[in-house]
Amino acid sequence: MTSPDQTTLLEMQRRMLRIRRFDERASKMVKRGQIPGTVHTSIGQEAQVVGAAMTLDDGDYMTGNHRSHGHPIAKGSPLAPLMAELVGKAGGVCGGKGGSLHLADFKVGSLGESGIVGSSIPIATGAALSSKVLGNGKVSMAFFGDGAANQGCLYEAMNLAGVWDLPVVFLCENNQYALSTPAHTVTSGVIAERAAGFGIAGERVEDGQDVLAVHAAAQAAVERARSGGGPTLLEVVTYRYNEHSEGLRLGTDYRNAEEKETWVGRDPIAQFRRHLAQEGVATEEELDALEQEVLDEVEQAFEFSQESPYPEPEVAFADLYTEPIGA
Amino acid sequence: MATTTMSFLGAIGAAQREAMEADERVVIIGEDVEANVYGTTGGGKSRKDKGDFLELFGANRIRNTPISEEVIVGAAAGAAMTGLRPIVDLSYSSFLYMAMDQFVNQVAKNRYMFGGQASLPVVFRSAMFYGLSTGAHHSDRPYPMFMNVPGLKIMVPSTPADAKGLLRTAVDMDDPVLTFEACMLWGLKGEVEEDEYRIPFGQAAIAREGTDVTVVAIATAVPEALKAAETLAEDGVSVEVIDPRTLVPLDSRTILESVAKTGRLVVADPAHRTCSAAAEIAAIVVEEAFDSLKAPIARVTTPDTQIPFSPAIEKPLYPNRESIGEAIRRVTGERGASVPESPQGIDDELSTQAHR
Repeated sequence: MTSPDQTTLLEMQRRMLRIRRFDERASKMVKRGQIPGTVHTSIGQEAQVVGAAMTLDDGDYMTGNHRSHGHPIAKGSPLAPLMAELVGKAGGVCGGKGGSLHLADFKVGSLGESGIVGSSIPIATGAALSSKVLGNGKVSMAFFGDGAANQGCLYEAMNLAGVWDLPVVFLCENNQYALSTPAHTVTSGVIAERAAGFGIAGERVEDGQDVLAVHAAAQAAVERARSGGGPTLLEVVTYRYNEHSEGLRLGTDYRNAEEKETWVGRDPIAQFRRHLAQEGVATEEELDALEQEVLDEVEQAFEFSQESPYPEPEVAFADLYTEPIGA
Repeated sequence: MATTTMSFLGAIGAAQREAMEADERVVIIGEDVEANVYGTTGGGKSRKDKGDFLELFGANRIRNTPISEEVIVGAAAGAAMTGLRPIVDLSYSSFLYMAMDQFVNQVAKNRYMFGGQASLPVVFRSAMFYGLSTGAHHSDRPYPMFMNVPGLKIMVPSTPADAKGLLRTAVDMDDPVLTFEACMLWGLKGEVEEDEYRIPFGQAAIAREGTDVTVVAIATAVPEALKAAETLAEDGVSVEVIDPRTLVPLDSRTILESVAKTGRLVVADPAHRTCSAAAEIAAIVVEEAFDSLKAPIARVTTPDTQIPFSPAIEKPLYPNRESIGEAIRRVTGERGASVPESPQGIDDELSTQAHR
């Protein structure tokens, strides 16, 4: 296994920053009423998302979940159509029909996020079946949370992927809370250890704020999948800074301030910036410039999302079938 | 045009073989497909018979699945989104409920909510084992539930020729299709074209022409409606029998044209009465052809009760020649003429295919 080269290291930081700034902007937009509905941010989880997704090749597949913006961004999707989708515009990546919860960018192998917890896991498993039958060497990655780890479809999928040796990585983003419910109060045992019951590889990355640690573990899983070694269940422990969804005000304090402070003190982006500077991968000036580039990109995405028109009314009836029926 | 006699089940098997031969992206996955348990993945009734699919197409393309409907359905959808054209054998229609989330939230919605980026060329086959004493857990006719899910296409063929032609179309299509086969029809024999052919979706078959009353019939109700029509013809009642063949899309034009001609409508549907296909068809006719109607529409459906095990009380529940005949008499004002006794409800010659 090779360590990431300098270009890849900088790209990791760029993609983590893209997610952070995109989600910060989206959060603001929800509060200002510029985004209908709500969004679920990945702020705090960037290392886990980017470390995993950047082990995939351009042609590889990925499915996601309701914490949905980070996955396509990490897979290389341009920001403007994603932002426009959040606003419900015609220029959105799904033409305004998916919204935040259902982002998908097939051009970069993003087969769709899912508003139903766990529901996209079988889809990623099926993409891996395609790769297996067609012999095209593609790998598939299913992102899901600790909440989805208690959905039955995960176990059906792990069993099927195990028995067919499918090239799929089940990536559990354990941010330790299913909305307000601490994962350990509803989860028996250790999620990663459940892999053993299916005779497939399982690993837990304890420090999901370290992008290199996540990347190394995910790379091993992806290489195993690509070389015919079958599926892996990878659990990455991480933390979301924001509320479950933007604008949500819970009357209870289910996470204490100290806990949050500890995690924020280990911020994945700040940590990795220090690492890049210390290792001489980039100078402080270059890292500042990178931050500014990403800010500019997010600003342009915002402008695009505002300028793009709303979809025409007939779009509500398009794309249900390949050809309209009952017209 | 050369034809050959084929059973309904044989026609399904022939369509699957043709589809597998025509396109390497077609795969068959499902419970017990390798052993050809249901007789649609081989040349005959057993693996020893010539034409065994596993032998012909290999283990890469014929795959036994675990009993895990949720991942079978979801994985087939994911595979369809990434280059395969799966045919999924879910065996019993009652098992579809196990995969309801995948059908409703993924299969039906993925093309739409991703703005047309996804195509889902996938066929989900299942058989309705009603009328065969399989009890409440195996006797469902759930197609109306799925008619209420935009994004799915639904075929419910009633003849071997239609089963074969529609299934070929379904496999070629880039939209997800659910096929509901009435198990009681599996043994039904019919003439089937020897050459490959396809029947378009959304094109009803006029199974019998008539002028006095239109009977729209689904699945086993089609042969039963034809029997009723034969009997009523002796009494001078001319019955037109229409088999929609696909419920989504529904050929409402053919139904409306027929009702414009006859002025009377009976809908015979083995599904439960409330929100049945019959209810939808009746509603369309009332909305679109109210002025043509000379009598109230009659629905002949399975009553809103669960399906009992005992054949004595199960068989009379489904639309049969007697209940359809009675409804025809009601809407045409013809009363008193006799309909042949059919104590088993549905024709016994159709009822030979129960496997368990």
